Amino acid sequence: MAILVDKDSRIIVQGITGAEGSFHAEQCLAYGDNVVGGVTPGKGGQTALEGKVPVFDSCAEAREQVGANVSLIFVPPPFAADAIMEAAAAGIELIVCITEGIPVAQMVEVKSFVEQTGSRFIGPNCPGVLTPGAAKVGIMPGFIAKEGRVGVISKSGTLTYEAVDQLVREGLGQSTCVGIGGDPIIGTTMKELLALFEADSETDAIVMIGEIGGSMEIEAAKYAKENLTKPVIGFIAGQTAPPGRRMGHAGAIVSGVDESAAAKKEMMAQCGIVVVESPADIGKTVKRALS
Amino acid sequence: MKIHEFQAKELLKRYAIPIQDGITIDNLAQAEAALDQVQADFGAEQFVIKAQIHAGGRGKGGGVKFCSDRATALEKINDIFGMTLITHQTGPEGRLVKKVMVAEALDIAQEFYVAITLDRSSGKDVFMVSSEGGMEIEEVAKTAPEKIVREAVTPGLGLLGFQGRRLAKALELEGKPARQAAAMFQKLYTLYREMDASIVEINPLVVTEQGALVALDAKMNFDGNALYMHSDVVEMRDLDEEDPAEVEADKYNLNYIKLDGEVGCMVNGAGLAMATMDIIKQVGGSPANFLDVGGGANVETVKNGFRIILADENVKAVLINIFGGIVRCDRIANGIIEAVKELDLNVPVVVRLAGTNAEVAKELLSNSGVSIISADHFEDAAHKVVAAAKGA
Repeated sequence: MAILVDKDSRIIVQGITGAEGSFHAEQCLAYGDNVVGGVTPGKGGQTALEGKVPVFDSCAEAREQVGANVSLIFVPPPFAADAIMEAAAAGIELIVCITEGIPVAQMVEVKSFVEQTGSRFIGPNCPGVLTPGAAKVGIMPGFIAKEGRVGVISKSGTLTYEAVDQLVREGLGQSTCVGIGGDPIIGTTMKELLALFEADSETDAIVMIGEIGGSMEIEAAKYAKENLTKPVIGFIAGQTAPPGRRMGHAGAIVSGVDESAAAKKEMMAQCGIVVVESPADIGKTVKRALS
Repeated sequence: MKIHEFQAKELLKRYAIPIQDGITIDNLAQAEAALDQVQADFGAEQFVIKAQIHAGGRGKGGGVKFCSDRATALEKINDIFGMTLITHQTGPEGRLVKKVMVAEALDIAQEFYVAITLDRSSGKDVFMVSSEGGMEIEEVAKTAPEKIVREAVTPGLGLLGFQGRRLAKALELEGKPARQAAAMFQKLYTLYREMDASIVEINPLVVTEQGALVALDAKMNFDGNALYMHSDVVEMRDLDEEDPAEVEADKYNLNYIKLDGEVGCMVNGAGLAMATMDIIKQVGGSPANFLDVGGGANVETVKNGFRIILADENVKAVLINIFGGIVRCDRIANGIIEAVKELDLNVPVVVRLAGTNAEVAKELLSNSGVSIISADHFEDAAHKVVAAAKGA
């Protein structure tokens, strides 16, 4: 059944009456998604996508009236934090926020709020979730992916597409592709997704694409060493990126770990992850790991 | 977004946090008047002359000088104005000093390190203090991490009273300075949160011989996503401290960072852009820049991207690597064709387009008559562009 989203997902789009929201909601419908409604405060009672779906004033109403359990958010940055918390408060089980540019301090508060509800949150500033052939909750181009048994976790958008494309060219499809976003504060982390893919009977191997900065890949690698039986193939982008031009020391001393690509790759390798050196070799390496 | 010390101190003042005060000037002719004013307003007999640039390590680099009298102060202002200050955070090219702060000198009894920033792994802001104030805090973090005391801030609650007291105690402060410090730490966090700062660092916070608690230096960075709420912070932006090409790119919503290699890169998405730089290096080349044209790439963004890349004289070849998701490759191809015709390119251009409408795009390029090297996949593109750069 893959992870996070499938054919039974009942999806609402927050911000469905905006340009981005309506465009992508239409694409999701075209992919075969079960888009059961949209939410735009003040526009409840109207319809969107040329009459195809009802618009509600709030997530709570959408949950109650059409049984929404997944929300896809395209609300502009100044209002996005509120939109995420509204969805969580309404009991929406999976919240995927595409919006880029939400103030970080607001995300700190959102993360803390959502953790007190039962909701799972993905993003923000991410391409969303795609279970090929079943559901596309986000902006990934559905046609590049293929149904299969490789799980993909990635901080980056287009690099995810690149990895998926390489997998398909090696004849490997995907169970679910999850773009988690690369912002300083994100909802669901790599470690949590490793656990979901490990438990998923339709996933045989996991591709994990990270970047320089933060220590999420290191935490995921340590988790994988202790808990995973399936092969994990990892890549870290930014090996040649110059060290950030920083000012002061607080950024360097806060995490206490080395956040460079080299340090992350070393730790991943130590934890048994198959580390890919060239971004062009992701597909080939997965193929080898599975044979 | 970064600001200068003197600007950060203005914000501290706004939050009633005591600072080492001074007057900041941007030309030598103002030196005498600034000294007069620092003497009159702050009763200073001795001075500290401080270069204002967006980098740390100014003291070590020779950009901060104590002066025991007015004549020396004038001399040092003269020295520091227009000097190229090189510190471990400026890079080897250094930074030209265009602003100088003339500050009161204080008698220092104790120095502390104080900072607030986000801890990504816990998802919370962290307040950090250390009795090992001064310049070598990163060394302290490595060799004696227990000497940096942390308090995580509960989201939405701010730094609580007892947390402020705990931090003050960690600095071994007692009595009045301890009470002052605890209150100051709470105000400092309020500033950090209200102004949407990403870093607030006071290094050092000092106790003077007279027992007063004073911020001797201040560094602040602000969250670019939140600047729409803070026009006063935006006004503090100093374009002199930024790379002109990056400022130009910013106007077109392009994310550009100049590097020192010879292969120009234009890519959609930051992750793919970094991976493209990585593969160029792996096949023996060296990237000239990072350039993310973003999700909404069109004819204009491609043209502007070319302009910015080609303004760098080191560029010997350009690689365009686009994976079209929402972005349609045929539109990108049209942008490339227009740009090549319009801009009179004198370097080879390698193009790799994949994803939405990639086949149509390839046809457009090959029928256009413009001289472009087409690549089939990621690795192929890297090999071709590095070979082209070496041949040019």
